[in-house]
Amino acid sequence: MSATQDASAQIPVTVLTGYLGAGKTTLLNRILTENHGQRYAVIVNEFGEVGIDNDLLVESDEEIFEMNNGCICCTVRGDLIRTVQNLMKRKNAFDAIIVETTGVADPAPVAQTFFMDDDVRAKAKLDAVVAVVDARHVLKRLEDTEEAADQIAFADVILINKTDLVTAEDLAGVEARIRSINPYAVLHRSERCGIDIAKVLDRGAFDLDRVLSLDPHFLEHGHHADECGPDCDHDHDHHHHHGHEHGDGHECGPDCDHDHHHHDDPHSVKSISLKAGDLNPDMFFPWINQVTQVQGPNILRMKGILAFKDDPQRYVIQGVHMIVEGDHQRDWKADEPRESRLVFIGRDLNWDVLRDSFQACIAQ
Amino acid sequence: MPTVAPVEVDGFVVRTGFLKDTAFFASGEGEIVLSGQGEKRLRPHKAGLLAAEPQPDGKGLISSGDDGCIHLTRLDGSGELLAERPRKWIDLIAAGPSGAVAFASGRTAWVRFADGREKEFVHERAVGGLAFAPKGMRIAVSRYDGATLWWAGTEGEPVELGWKGAHLGISFSPDGKYLVTAMQENALHGWRLSDAQDMRMTGYPAKVKSFSWSAKGRYLATSGANAAILWPFFGKTGPMGQAPLQLGTRSDNLVAAVACHPKEEVVAVGYQDGMVLMCRFEDNAEVLLRRPGDGPVSSLAWDDAGTRLAFGTEAGEAGLISLED
Repeated sequence: MSATQDASAQIPVTVLTGYLGAGKTTLLNRILTENHGQRYAVIVNEFGEVGIDNDLLVESDEEIFEMNNGCICCTVRGDLIRTVQNLMKRKNAFDAIIVETTGVADPAPVAQTFFMDDDVRAKAKLDAVVAVVDARHVLKRLEDTEEAADQIAFADVILINKTDLVTAEDLAGVEARIRSINPYAVLHRSERCGIDIAKVLDRGAFDLDRVLSLDPHFLEHGHHADECGPDCDHDHDHHHHHGHEHGDGHECGPDCDHDHHHHDDPHSVKSISLKAGDLNPDMFFPWINQVTQVQGPNILRMKGILAFKDDPQRYVIQGVHMIVEGDHQRDWKADEPRESRLVFIGRDLNWDVLRDSFQACIAQ
Repeated sequence: MPTVAPVEVDGFVVRTGFLKDTAFFASGEGEIVLSGQGEKRLRPHKAGLLAAEPQPDGKGLISSGDDGCIHLTRLDGSGELLAERPRKWIDLIAAGPSGAVAFASGRTAWVRFADGREKEFVHERAVGGLAFAPKGMRIAVSRYDGATLWWAGTEGEPVELGWKGAHLGISFSPDGKYLVTAMQENALHGWRLSDAQDMRMTGYPAKVKSFSWSAKGRYLATSGANAAILWPFFGKTGPMGQAPLQLGTRSDNLVAAVACHPKEEVVAVGYQDGMVLMCRFEDNAEVLLRRPGDGPVSSLAWDDAGTRLAFGTEAGEAGLISLED
């Protein structure tokens, strides 16, 4: 019933996240000044000290809207809905939209806006979430805040910036830590955000047909893609345990050298990769619905490529919190092992239960 | 037979309507076309135009843009800068009595009086819509979790009306007894102002973006479904417990804009595909006014006599439909 979903008519949207000082504005200015013939509308949360040189620049004050469907994680950015609608009154003036979020912004409502609001969804489509992290400070940020992990967990592309300011060993540690949170994002290293912008823009990270070509880690065994539906109006009577009180609330200075046991922190963001052969769709769909409804608040991103028994086609699926969307993608190739792979990135998830219940979906 | 006279407009028609006998068309690209005895093309804003509203006395058009300016454009083509909020996009405006203008950005709304004085109204959450009451210098502000009613001319505590969720477009019934908002979810909310009784009007497959009160305020016509949905507001309890009229039903297209005739119980209905129908309340008789075009109907308005209908679409098509030869 909603407006047409002609993909070619949808304006691509790139979301830039990252902590203050990581280099978001530097990256943004690089994108804007590079000679690529694209015209951008830029939505910023506040005009920063560094100027942004662009004709179409709008300041948008973060306004989180809860959707009245009883679902605590179904939030959208009301200000973005309005700004996108206003931009569409001048759709001849630009080709793409870049949203720069504040360092402390939760990326989920930003991403969900592009799936849950029908008007926005008809006009614009999320291309990718790009996180800029500062190689020097990211580990500290991950200690101190939840947002830093959320931004990394949510990202499709992660730019590790200021690599010239850390040693090779430190950089390796940073990369390992980022990978432990988000194993499927594409990582790039940069100094002063010097990167080929084609690696940042037009990624199609939420495009079911393109995910394969973007995701080397996934590619090894199969692949995955996504797009979520705006149909988050199922009965969401989930249990919600947001872990905002971090148990061991010790505060460390910048020179703190105690061992922080990241991986043992039950509240830290982790990922799990589930693997199987053919699945039974009659088991899988009720299971994924149940998992995302009950654990949606704690699931940041989810992606999967699935093989269903007696189904010649690959099925691709993706999710953000409780929003899940999937579709058949293409036939399995003859030389391709029929393998189902599903990745969850989340916080406070019971990984063992998830793994065991997934196993129950394997086709007999 | 109705005749359609096209008017050339340079982009998305944000608002069309009439200033006395002169039709106006305001486009998102920034152009205002005044089409009366002759045609005037004006461009008061530095770039895009986000909203436009005719003054109730028909003497001028208030517009706002992404340059942060609020302009008055008069029928003779002269203009005046009324207010400016540098770097803000002003997309909400309302034209009130005695030359008063309301506008909003973020969580703040302002009323500017004809003498240039301004009064500021601050809310805890984002403003979603503005409407002047039919009588008195009173303004209603829809916001997150409800609406706030302010007396603009005097000091005093506002009246707060609560309902969870984001409230966007807002409108008083012509008799001032009801206040209705369109919500972020696919529903309308209403309050009977005498006792703040809540009214819920749901069942829409899409957001309600256009509403229009029928002659004497008997019905509120709305977009957002595959028919124009008209809620009855006569009687003591308004639409509560009543089924709405559904006019101009189409199986494959949503209604994008509505405009009730100023005198008769007839509504003009614009659809996603650009078609415009005229439907009679009594028997749902339909007259085709415009065939489908290139984009959704974005604005519809009758002249005071009810003989001409101005329309505009998101694709920049616009024109005047005359019911008389």
